[in-house]
Amino acid sequence: MLSKKQARAFFLGGTLVTFLIFIGLTIYSFSKGNDQTNRENLTAEVIRGKEIWESNNCMGCHTLLGEGAYYAPELTKVVDRLNIRYDGNGETVIKSILMSPSPWQLNGRKMVAYGMTEQEASDVVAFFNWIGKIDLNGFDRVVSPLAKEKINK
Amino acid sequence: MKYKSQKVAYWFFALSMLLLVLQITYGFVMGFARIGFDNLHEFVPFNVARAVHTNLLVVWLLSGFMGAAYYIIPEEAQRELVNVKLAYVQLISLALVGVTAIVGFHFNIWEGRKFLEIPRPLDYLVVVNVLLFLGLILTTLFKGKRQTTTALVLSMGLLFAALLYLPGMLPFDSQVTDSFFRWWVVHLWVEGVWELIMGGILSFLLIKLTGVDREVIEKWLYVIVGLTFLSGVLGTGHHYYYIGVNKIWLIVGGIFSALEPLAFLAMALFAVNMYRKGEKKHPNKLALYWTLGAAIVSFVGAGLLGFAHTLPQTNIYTHGTLVTAMHGHLAFWGAYGMIVLAIISYSLPNMTGRKLYDSSRGRMAFWLANIGMVGMTVAFGVAGVAQVYLERKFKMDFMLVQKEIAVHFVVLVLCATMFATGITLYIIDFYKHGKPSDEALEIDE
Repeated sequence: MLSKKQARAFFLGGTLVTFLIFIGLTIYSFSKGNDQTNRENLTAEVIRGKEIWESNNCMGCHTLLGEGAYYAPELTKVVDRLNIRYDGNGETVIKSILMSPSPWQLNGRKMVAYGMTEQEASDVVAFFNWIGKIDLNGFDRVVSPLAKEKINK
Repeated sequence: MKYKSQKVAYWFFALSMLLLVLQITYGFVMGFARIGFDNLHEFVPFNVARAVHTNLLVVWLLSGFMGAAYYIIPEEAQRELVNVKLAYVQLISLALVGVTAIVGFHFNIWEGRKFLEIPRPLDYLVVVNVLLFLGLILTTLFKGKRQTTTALVLSMGLLFAALLYLPGMLPFDSQVTDSFFRWWVVHLWVEGVWELIMGGILSFLLIKLTGVDREVIEKWLYVIVGLTFLSGVLGTGHHYYYIGVNKIWLIVGGIFSALEPLAFLAMALFAVNMYRKGEKKHPNKLALYWTLGAAIVSFVGAGLLGFAHTLPQTNIYTHGTLVTAMHGHLAFWGAYGMIVLAIISYSLPNMTGRKLYDSSRGRMAFWLANIGMVGMTVAFGVAGVAQVYLERKFKMDFMLVQKEIAVHFVVLVLCATMFATGITLYIIDFYKHGKPSDEALEIDE
């Protein structure tokens, strides 16, 4: 029968081993050749776009990379999606929503009117474009109809 | 109650109850908004309600854990808390930081990172607050007459929870890296070190309520927390499948997160077996309800419902849908909400000297809250599965799908009303116990 000492050794040993493996895998997944985070294409606009995204808690309604609040649309590949719907004018539509002085309201759900400047709206679009080029291990075919069409072809 | 300083716990529990009421209130704001009644949008837009709802969850649970530690550690260490005044300073500063953060959210002051919305300057205050708390708890523990496994596991959980807050404060330019390390905080808290805290409280309660030998209970406590870390640390990978990091996490996260229910199964079996082995003499049956309930509901909510969408093949469709909300609600309720209510139910009569645990109000509170929460989970689940099929499989527009599934939120609000009624009864019971008193000393079993 298991003794208390053995049980403690199982706890401490198991924790240490799995934590070391976890650290090792973290280093592995960010190392050269294995990193697929699209970090090489980060620009000042993209970084500013991320800051705007965070300072307005956009994730409190939307989702991005599948993370957020599921109240407003998933915005991974949003430019692709709106390009299909608005004949290639996806970026313009996004910017007009962000710059609108009155709440954007679609199907009854209101979005806060952020009244952004042209520069701020462009930064957010740059951020979305950067997000859209990350290798998501196949998740993009679920959230982007464009990617699905490409696969079907 | 064996030591006067254990009374500090009462005020942490009272703060906990207050924040729980606020959390539920903001939950209703979101529920109604999803049905289409977003009338408060101008003052409380959805992202504010959401940030308040999730952050209050964290703070009321932390306040409950801290109260539990202030109650348990002196009793386990067999000495008074080293400094009671500082414990009250810590309580007041915790409340102030929490309230400041919540008020700030209403004025667009936040970090906008899911679950970690508290703005950076307040993060530093959180760190100072938690360091003060840990200082008090650890000094009491190590100056005490004994260092039990229960106290060590509980303290270790609280210490690691504090340390793991730090990766969430690292600044990153990349959304992917930011998200990657944010999960070090969120996942390793709720599917890691918080389970140590839960295990510690559960172990204390089982020792007190069942009368089973401490050595037996604490041996199995090691096995359970061992299983938790063995599966939970690498199980973090289930958050990394589709956020832009290497495919290796599909395999590692898939295998280890599939093992995570084992820890919760072990916890449920452990609690039920200890109860069956025990003498069943303790009169506080209400505390026993909440204790066994926590172990069983956490297995269903965190274990089974987590497993339901943890494999990469399923998660590719459910990632970022209401299926996550289904799992999240029952998991947090079972594993952490119920264990906090269990320690309150156990300690309150001991701190106040009023043994109200035979009241039918207490039992009603237990059943209404639990049935209400199960109903809410089912409503989220049905809405989530419908969303997956319509939006992810049949490519319907997001907003059209939301209109289709709005009816499930009517059910959700009805069940939430039942849940809130249960919590109201629990809080009435809390209030009826009155304030803690030195006269209650040594009337513990």
